[in-house]
Amino acid sequence: MSGALLYAIAGVLLFAAGAAGVVLLDHLLRRVLAFNIMGSGACLVLVGLAQRNGIPDPVPQAMVLTGIVVAVAATGLALALIRRLHAQTGHADGKTEEERVKGETGAGCSLPASHSVAGRGDD
Amino acid sequence: MTERLAMLAPLALPLLILLPLAWAALAFVLGTGRGSRLAIAAAAVQLMLAFALASAVMDGGPLHHAAGGWGAPLGIDLVADGLAAAMLLLTQAVALPLFIFARGYFHQDGARPDAAGHHFWPLAGFLVAGMNALYLSEDIFNLYVTLELVGLAAVGLVASGGGAAQTAAALRYLFAALLGSGAYLLGVALLYGAFGSVSMATLTPLIAGASASAGAGASEVALIAALLMMAGLLMKSALFPFHFWLPPAHGGAPAPVSALLSALVVKASIYLVLRLWLGPLAPLLTPLAWLPTLLGTAAILWGSWRAIHAERLKLLVAYSTVAQLGYLFLALPLVGVGSTGASASAILTLQALAHGLGKAAMFAAAGIIIHATGRDRVDDVAGIAERLPLTLFTFALAGVSLMGLPPSGGFLAKWLLIDLAMARGHWPLVAVILAGGLLAAIYIFRVLRLAFLNLPEAVIEAEHHKARVVPRSAEWMAFTLAAASVLLGLFGGLPLLQLVDGVGAGEGVTSGVTSGLVPGLTSGAVVGAP
Repeated sequence: MSGALLYAIAGVLLFAAGAAGVVLLDHLLRRVLAFNIMGSGACLVLVGLAQRNGIPDPVPQAMVLTGIVVAVAATGLALALIRRLHAQTGHADGKTEEERVKGETGAGCSLPASHSVAGRGDD
Repeated sequence: MTERLAMLAPLALPLLILLPLAWAALAFVLGTGRGSRLAIAAAAVQLMLAFALASAVMDGGPLHHAAGGWGAPLGIDLVADGLAAAMLLLTQAVALPLFIFARGYFHQDGARPDAAGHHFWPLAGFLVAGMNALYLSEDIFNLYVTLELVGLAAVGLVASGGGAAQTAAALRYLFAALLGSGAYLLGVALLYGAFGSVSMATLTPLIAGASASAGAGASEVALIAALLMMAGLLMKSALFPFHFWLPPAHGGAPAPVSALLSALVVKASIYLVLRLWLGPLAPLLTPLAWLPTLLGTAAILWGSWRAIHAERLKLLVAYSTVAQLGYLFLALPLVGVGSTGASASAILTLQALAHGLGKAAMFAAAGIIIHATGRDRVDDVAGIAERLPLTLFTFALAGVSLMGLPPSGGFLAKWLLIDLAMARGHWPLVAVILAGGLLAAIYIFRVLRLAFLNLPEAVIEAEHHKARVVPRSAEWMAFTLAAASVLLGLFGGLPLLQLVDGVGAGEGVTSGVTSGLVPGLTSGAVVGAP
């Protein structure tokens, strides 16, 4: 087994673990962490697979730098939104979010007419 | 004038990205809620640039620009071909009227903007810059970066509604988008590992060669990469089983944001699906072409069903988006040309444009109606015909294009699609397209029927009392978008098909479509008879 393949397999495992976390975890903060693991896995595959005979290829290194910047921006936005959701509802876990979205916007059919939150964005 | 526009064309590639970035940053510096005039002026310039670019591409073929003079593989190459030019034109053509609409919508109470519009201008600028960069990108890694730019700006816009429901919808959208682009990035990493390039032009022959010599390891890696990229992009495109994030995000945002998202943002990832599926990844994915078609069919049926039963007006429009996006996946197995000589990708571009203009108009009209009545249930549109005749007309005109009634752009696209499906002998697709049109008629006439109801005098009096003023400019801009969607079928269709199909195909398309349109009008009457 070559070094490149080892990195790639580790990267794919990290990616799979992270993706499973984003889908399956309830707490939003954990999902953000899982997304970061997922992104690291993809970057590891990008850098690891691209070595030619043990000599690293500079192009994917530059790409991974860009990828890290994107991941930092996405993480920052996610954290800001989670803080706002926590301030507005007192919860930061996916379950309550799930219920609220189902009750107010997701299902659409069971919406009480007088509900204030759902229509606020339209004003 | 035309020569001057042609001289502008090479400059248009970098300017279409730099200009929105510049005014977005300026709008942010100016402070909350400001920068609307700047944005509108810049959007007008961008529309002119996109026109210059499209006419130059039509006359002289694809244009290239090496960003900063570096060129691939170290730098970034920008390329505008017919498909990219058409999508750029759609983006600017929807953005300009929507920005004028948004200015009226957010600034209706004097100079102080609505809280929901505080961060609209910078975010909209970054969104447009990201989309323009996406359409101009030539390498699959730069496409990843632009995809993320678009996604992050769109999530910010969804959250700008301010309520807890909007924040929750924005988070759900963000996680779906990140999961999708993560899968896409892993696919890019695998492709780079196998072939050592991210340029689409370089990858196309390499992938074709690898898949021709089956058994080589590169072919399997490329297939896995292709599947990952497609799964990620379908997630971002909200194709049927992945549509869960779209209705709350699009239905809950302020009206100008919903219109931007539904008309433009989902098109960006669908553009990528088409570009990759019909381009570099074609040798790998062609055997799977029926899968997205099946999902698209399910999207048309399920989205229409939910729209018919939606309680809230904006959810109705959002579920209509889920259904209309399904059409864009129907033609993937129909590579080649039908009796009219128009290719599948040209027809899909036409459908994307018709839906983009029509849906922007419909969300804008829905926003005006909700603002005027102060409530957002479908039942609340009762009696609106007397109070907002222009806006209701806008809603109906946009509906004409979504249903696929002649002479709208939606009709032309759906009719060409039916023609192509019949040329290939795929009769079930014809049935799906016709059924989709009928279902769209049901949910649109549901709104129109209620709007013309006669309310008791006392109720009308009470409604008038609490009615809020909607700026005329906002109403007229929504109408402009709807009219453009209809006029697209009359005047814009042929040049657009020629633009996407390239210079050589131009003659065939023109004669084919004009000769085919006569039977088309009769079959269109069938589509439109609910």
